[in-house]
Amino acid sequence: MVDFFIKVGRSGLEYSSALGRSGLFLFHSVFGLMLNLKGLRLLVHQLYKVGVLSLVIIVVSGLFIGMVLALQGYSILVDYGSEQAVGQMVALTLVRELGPVVAALLFAGRAGSALTAEIGLMKATEQLSSMEMMGVDPLKRVIAPRLWAGFITMPILAAIFSAVGVFGGLLVGVDWLGVYEGSFWANMQSSVDFKEDVLNGMIKSIVFGVVCSWIAVFQGYDSEPTSEGISIATTKTVVYSSLSVLGLDFLLTAVMFG
Amino acid sequence: MYQRSIEITVGVFMLLGFIALSFLALQVSGLSMDSQKDTYKIYAQFDDLGGLSVRGRVSLAGVTIGRVSAISLDKEVYSALVEMEIFQDVDSLSADSVASIQTAGLLGEKYVSLSVGGDEEVLVDGDTIFDTQSALNLEKIIGAFASGDISL
Repeated sequence: MVDFFIKVGRSGLEYSSALGRSGLFLFHSVFGLMLNLKGLRLLVHQLYKVGVLSLVIIVVSGLFIGMVLALQGYSILVDYGSEQAVGQMVALTLVRELGPVVAALLFAGRAGSALTAEIGLMKATEQLSSMEMMGVDPLKRVIAPRLWAGFITMPILAAIFSAVGVFGGLLVGVDWLGVYEGSFWANMQSSVDFKEDVLNGMIKSIVFGVVCSWIAVFQGYDSEPTSEGISIATTKTVVYSSLSVLGLDFLLTAVMFG
Repeated sequence: MYQRSIEITVGVFMLLGFIALSFLALQVSGLSMDSQKDTYKIYAQFDDLGGLSVRGRVSLAGVTIGRVSAISLDKEVYSALVEMEIFQDVDSLSADSVASIQTAGLLGEKYVSLSVGGDEEVLVDGDTIFDTQSALNLEKIIGAFASGDISL
C-alpha cells in the first residue's frame, strides 16, 4: 500500500519536473535565437529541412483531402438539391478545422519525429556536451533555430494545405461532378469570413506549430542517450504531438466558434 | 553554392505560403477592396426580422449597395432596430424609401431590399426608414392556411 503511494508520488514529481524543465527549456531557447548573420543562416537551413521538405506531403494530402471532401459533400448535398453549397462546405471545413489540424499531424509525423531523432542522436553521441565544453550554448546553436523554424513553418504549411485543398475541391466539384463554377465560388465567398474563419484558422496553426515543435525538440533534448532512448523519444513526440493537437483543437474551436 | 540554393528554396517556400494566404483571403473568403469603401449609416425598424443577421446584404434592384452592420432591440416600441451601412456612392435614396426583408430563393439567406420612393429629399447619415415590411414568415402563412383563415 505504501509502495503504491510512493510510486504515485514519484511519478507525479517526475512529470511535474519534466514539465518545469521543458518550460525553462522553451523559455531559454525561444529567446536564444541569434539575430546575426550566423543565426539567420542556421534558421534558413532549418526552415529548409523542416518546411520545404514537408511541402510535398502537405500538398499531396491537401489535394486529396479537398477532393474527398467535395466528393462526400456532393453525395449528401445533392439529395437536398443544394449541391452548389459544396464549395462552401469544402472551404469552411478546410480553413477552420482540417487545414490546421491535419497539417499539424503531418508536420508532427514528418518533421517533428526527424527533429527528435536528430537532437537525440546528437545527445547520444555527446555532440551537445562537447559543444558546451567548447563554450557554445547548444540551446542557441542547435535548439533555437529548429524551434523557430517550426514556429514559422506551421502557419505557412497550413495555409498551403487549405489553399491546395480548395483547389482539389474545385477539381472534383466543378470539373468532375459538374457544379456550376460561379455558384461554387459565390457560395464560398458569402459564407467564409476572413477574420472569423481564415484568421482564426491561422491562429490555430500558430498554436499547433508552437506545441509540436516544442514537444519535438524537448523530447530529443531530454531523451535517454541510448538507441532505445531515441526510439522512445521519437514515439513520444508523435504521440504527444497528435494528442495535444487534437485536444487543443477542441479547446480552440470551443473558444473561437462555440 | 549549396547554402545559396537552400536560401532560394526557402524564399520560394515563404512566397508560396504568402500566395496561399492571399488566395484564402481574396478568392475563398471574398475579402475585397470594395468592403473598405466609405459608407454611411441608415436605420430601419422592423416588427419581425425572421432570421436576418449581421453582415446580411442590403440590396437595391438586386444590386448590393451595403450591409447590415448591427441589430438591436428598440425597448420603447418593442421592435427590431437594424443599422445598415450603405456605400457612399449610393447617395440618392429618397427619404420615403421602403425597406423589406426578403429571402434569397425559397430557403436561402435573408437580406434587406430597398425600393426608392418619389420624395425629393434623400436619406443621409443617421436617418431612419419608417416604411418597412417584415420578413415573410412561412410558418405563419401555413398556419393561417391550415386553420382556414385564408384560402386559395
